[in-house]
Amino acid sequence: MENKPPIVSINNLFKSYRRGHQVLPVLEDINLDIADGEFLALMGPSGSGKSTLLNLIAGIDKADSGSISVGGIDITHLSETELALWRSNSIGFIFQFYNLIPVLTAFENVELPLILTGLTKKERKEHAEATLQIVNLTDRMDHYPGQLSGGQQQRVAIARAIVTDPLILVADEPTGDLDRVSAKEILELMERLVHELGKTIIMVTHDPRAAEKAHVIKHLDKGVLNNV
Amino acid sequence: MHLIKLIFKNSFRHKLRTFLTILGIAIAILAFGLLRTVVSAWYAGVEASSATRLVTRNSISLVFPLPLSYKDKIRQIPGVKIVSYGNWFGGVYIDEKNFFPNFTIDPKSYIALYPEIVLPADQQAAFIRDRKGFVAGRKLAARFGWKIGDIVTLKGTIFPGDWEFVMRGIYKGRDKTVDETQFFFSWDYLNESLKKTMPARADQVGFYMIGVTSPSVAADVAAAIDKTFKNSLAETLTETEKAFQMGFVSMSEAIVVAIQLVSFVVIIIILAVVANTMAMTARERFVEYAVFKTLGFGKWHIALLIFGESLFITMTGCVIGMILTFPSAKAFGNEMSTFFPIFNVSTETLYLDIAASVFVGTASAVIPTWRAINIRIADGLRRIG
Ligand SMILES: Nc1ncnc2c1ncn2[C@@H]1O[C@H](COP(=O)(O)OP(=O)(O)O)[C@@H](O)[C@H]1O
Ligand SMILES: [Mg+2]
Repeated sequence: MENKPPIVSINNLFKSYRRGHQVLPVLEDINLDIADGEFLALMGPSGSGKSTLLNLIAGIDKADSGSISVGGIDITHLSETELALWRSNSIGFIFQFYNLIPVLTAFENVELPLILTGLTKKERKEHAEATLQIVNLTDRMDHYPGQLSGGQQQRVAIARAIVTDPLILVADEPTGDLDRVSAKEILELMERLVHELGKTIIMVTHDPRAAEKAHVIKHLDKGVLNNV
Repeated sequence: MHLIKLIFKNSFRHKLRTFLTILGIAIAILAFGLLRTVVSAWYAGVEASSATRLVTRNSISLVFPLPLSYKDKIRQIPGVKIVSYGNWFGGVYIDEKNFFPNFTIDPKSYIALYPEIVLPADQQAAFIRDRKGFVAGRKLAARFGWKIGDIVTLKGTIFPGDWEFVMRGIYKGRDKTVDETQFFFSWDYLNESLKKTMPARADQVGFYMIGVTSPSVAADVAAAIDKTFKNSLAETLTETEKAFQMGFVSMSEAIVVAIQLVSFVVIIIILAVVANTMAMTARERFVEYAVFKTLGFGKWHIALLIFGESLFITMTGCVIGMILTFPSAKAFGNEMSTFFPIFNVSTETLYLDIAASVFVGTASAVIPTWRAINIRIADGLRRIG
């Protein structure tokens, strides 16, 4: 296992934002390797650049310099269109506020990413149903997000993230909007995904209880990454 | 599930807003359709006119007559097939508000020249036989409940006195462009009365209607007629019937132009309404579009969602508006039949409805789509927190 190359490899990564004439450095010389099947927690004070780093790994933001390779592909060299395609089959996202499409049922939300694949309608249905089974929501399949609790919505969102069987899952404060009981449920589900299905998860969190579940905890402070 | 289903679901997300937008479009398309129909009704007379018919009138003005003696001279001009003649009578039936066009004509030649005026053979014969006879269009007869054999009196305005007529026929239009509200009576009846009461005004006609052998000779015949009467006491002006009608119509051209303008203003207004709806909608969904992009959906997918919704809403309103146009035009046409004897919604108007709606639906989606496509995903997602 030690010989396997890391699934994510970040080298000398820099990122800053421009506000008018001012340049605001956010990430400074980040170096990080994440092994396949690892559950990594990224912690740090608010505004330290956690979301920015996560977005860069997920290919929805552009770095100033440095490289990010995911599954052997250096994504810093991909164009917008290439990145979109790459995201659709390599990345699963879990957001703090679930971000389900309110007019679609739980089933349809989970099916959504599969529209971009070559699967037939029947195959899409099978995939989506099997995935809802994993998150234990088969009985709520036809409910709309508004008819589900926060915890249930986040489970639908997790199902949507894993339905395409992506290389890595990224989660930005997935329990940040949940009560303790629901948060615990979600964390247990994520743990199961890692242990039973061999998923790799990168999770930004504030919550020490969430971090406890992770194999590795990294700390980001003022754009600099530290081990814990 | 397909993105088309999502477009449909998105459209009914704000039911009241969508309903009001669709209602607005439907009313605007209805108004647009009616205004366009008014414009085409205006030109209907022109449309109905034949390219093989000429109208000769006094070159000074339509109110000056021409001698009856021109008839035989015109007939001798090569290319002329039929010569008919008549006068605008301008009689009033009981009250001025009962207005309808009434002419005095030479029955035999008129019927031969206007095949679109359909009159049963027995009624034709009765009309030609009875000097005091008249025929009316189907709509006009229905309006006043006239039946064959009824006696109808018109009060003359140009030709003073009470004029009594007996109904001898009811004509139908061969097609929809024929005015079915006209009243025709025999020119001989007018002329003989004038001989007794006002001999100076007898043996004069308001205009000649001339049938030519083919449309290609029309221009030459017209020139030949005017040349024949050059330097005579009453010089003539001969035009194709179409040009003659145009002359009539163009007197009110300014009004028609105004109506046309208003009809386009209506379209601009719904453009504003739909554009506003789409802008609001897109603004509310920026986070969602960012989520779509995160999932790997591209700009074409997002464009499909926004354009699809905009066009779906607009075309729904358009179809409702078009359907409503028919009964409205009918009611309007009945109410205004004195001004617009022909008031039909034309296919062209329906095409214009569709074109205007497609334009509105497309134009309204452009800016929201451009914004949704260009927003950076990270910024879009950040809007939540
Ligand atoms: N689009 C942006 N423009 C300017 N500054 C930004 C932008 N996005 C993030 N920042 C700034 O970058 C820093 C890191 O933000 P973020 O990665 O969201 O932090 P965290 O997720 O750790 O709270 C913050 O100071 C934030 O204000
Ligand atoms: Mg954050």
